[in-house]
Amino acid sequence: MRLFVPLTITFVAGIIMILQFFVPATQSMGESLQEWYMIVASFAIFIGAANLLQVHVHRIRFKGRNWKYSPVTIVGFSAMILTGLILGIEKGTPFNFLFLEMVAPMSATMFSLLAFFVASAAFRAFRASNWRATLLLISAFVVMLGRVPIGAMIWPRIPLISEWIMQVPNLAGQRAVMIGAAMGMVATSLRMIFGIERSYLGGAD
Amino acid sequence: MLFVLPLLVFTGAIFAQSGDIASGDGGDCFILSLTAEDAPNDAGGGIDLEWTVSAHVTEPDSIVLERLDEDGAWSSIGTILPVDGSRTDEKLSNGLEYTYRAVSFYGGIPGTPSVEVSAVPARQWIHKGRIGMLILLTLISLVIFYFIEQGKRGKDLYIRRIAGLTAVEDAVGRATEMGRPVLYIPGIMDMDDIQTIASMVILGRVAMKTAEYGSSLLVPTCRAVVMSVAQETVKESYLQMGRPDAYQKGNINYITDDQFGYAAGVDGIMIRQKPAAIFMLGTFYAESLILAETGRSVGAIQIAGTAMPSQIPFFIAACDYTLIGEELFAASAYLSKEPKLLGSLRGQDVAKLFFMIVIVIGVLAATIGESWEPAARVADFFKTITSVR
Repeated sequence: MRLFVPLTITFVAGIIMILQFFVPATQSMGESLQEWYMIVASFAIFIGAANLLQVHVHRIRFKGRNWKYSPVTIVGFSAMILTGLILGIEKGTPFNFLFLEMVAPMSATMFSLLAFFVASAAFRAFRASNWRATLLLISAFVVMLGRVPIGAMIWPRIPLISEWIMQVPNLAGQRAVMIGAAMGMVATSLRMIFGIERSYLGGAD
Repeated sequence: MLFVLPLLVFTGAIFAQSGDIASGDGGDCFILSLTAEDAPNDAGGGIDLEWTVSAHVTEPDSIVLERLDEDGAWSSIGTILPVDGSRTDEKLSNGLEYTYRAVSFYGGIPGTPSVEVSAVPARQWIHKGRIGMLILLTLISLVIFYFIEQGKRGKDLYIRRIAGLTAVEDAVGRATEMGRPVLYIPGIMDMDDIQTIASMVILGRVAMKTAEYGSSLLVPTCRAVVMSVAQETVKESYLQMGRPDAYQKGNINYITDDQFGYAAGVDGIMIRQKPAAIFMLGTFYAESLILAETGRSVGAIQIAGTAMPSQIPFFIAACDYTLIGEELFAASAYLSKEPKLLGSLRGQDVAKLFFMIVIVIGVLAATIGESWEPAARVADFFKTITSVR
């Protein structure tokens, strides 16, 4: 019974989702399942919030490792929740101010770090240690040169070569990855729908 | 069950109700023709309206599309532009006949209405634009099931070595030796994403290894549902390995739904806890490189895997091992070494070979078809069966 119920639910839900793609008359069943998922996910937000508080309160209570960061998390979390629930989220409210002046800049800061990480990753990836890395280095150099005005000034065909690299070998590689991934998705879905893959239920037996 | 689907295709095609097609021509009306027919490939409730306008009649100020109500009165369903066009009238009742006309207005005064056209909305039992995909899916499924059966019968199935997966045990062992935790990042999407589902399956296998070796396993999640599933998956793995005492629910926690908030949170965990092994398996977007570079900076052995083509280069540049596309979905079968799961991998590879052959034939047919009509028809056939509308 421990395996039968989840396997049956997985099977029925999986078959309905496949059917609704090919049989328009069953689309409403698929839409209902998706709505149910949204409802479950909405309730799960409360579980997530409770977990966040539980973990950090526990850490403060027992003076766990790096516990000094936990009050900051709880204060930030509580401030956003309380200002949003009590005073609303419209323009000019404290929640809106906190979001625009704190959350958004912090997100932008994290995103900006990407520029530095791209530089360090590119430095490693583009080291001409073998012929493949050298080919990658040359391709990347031509693509980057083709995307800026100075490339066309050096030689008018550089932007064309850059475009060709992106549209032919690069796109072919990307499509190969996507076709392979699609095969993997089909196989994984079949394994789960038909109960062949059961490790997520705690074992294959 | 899946093999019944092709049967549905043909019975569906036979019994599918295409609905009525009606059209009419207007004499001195600005609307030259108006047609109404059941909207194709839907669950019913829709009628497609299409009209053309006359170039010889004075252009009206506005044109209103009207539908005849049950009480015999005409009611507007919207205003249309004075050019050829189409619209779908939705949320109708299946099986009832609906009548439409278009009325042109000149200075607020209605002109001659167009002819009246009728149609009956009906649900379709098969999506005609997806029949090719259904046949291909059935073929792939048959091939995969055939090899699963072969695996069950104990036939020796060769599966190529995947370096990233072979290194899983080494990575967990390294963490154990160093006395540092293993960090597992399941991507930033929810449980309705197949990559996250695949990631949860791999998490189960990794958790078995950490339970066996006695390493600490940290799983920060970006979605509350993923957290719940991850907790259950890890708990079951620890139970199965006979180490329920080693399972720590608090190590599998929710951080935030915000993409960069999550990246910042996980970066913080990496810097503070200094994990010896980091797994990044699932769906990743712009945060992939931020996480991978931070992981590299703390000296962790990193195994990443995603089917997102745009993020794979970042993982290759920053991680020790990268599972590319299909390898992510093969991981669970590869790690378990179960014959029936390995059989599905073999089936997957054979299906891929089939598509490679289809692509080569399609490219050749399209090229030759430029100068030889039969080859062009072959190319069109391949294009039709591999297209999804």
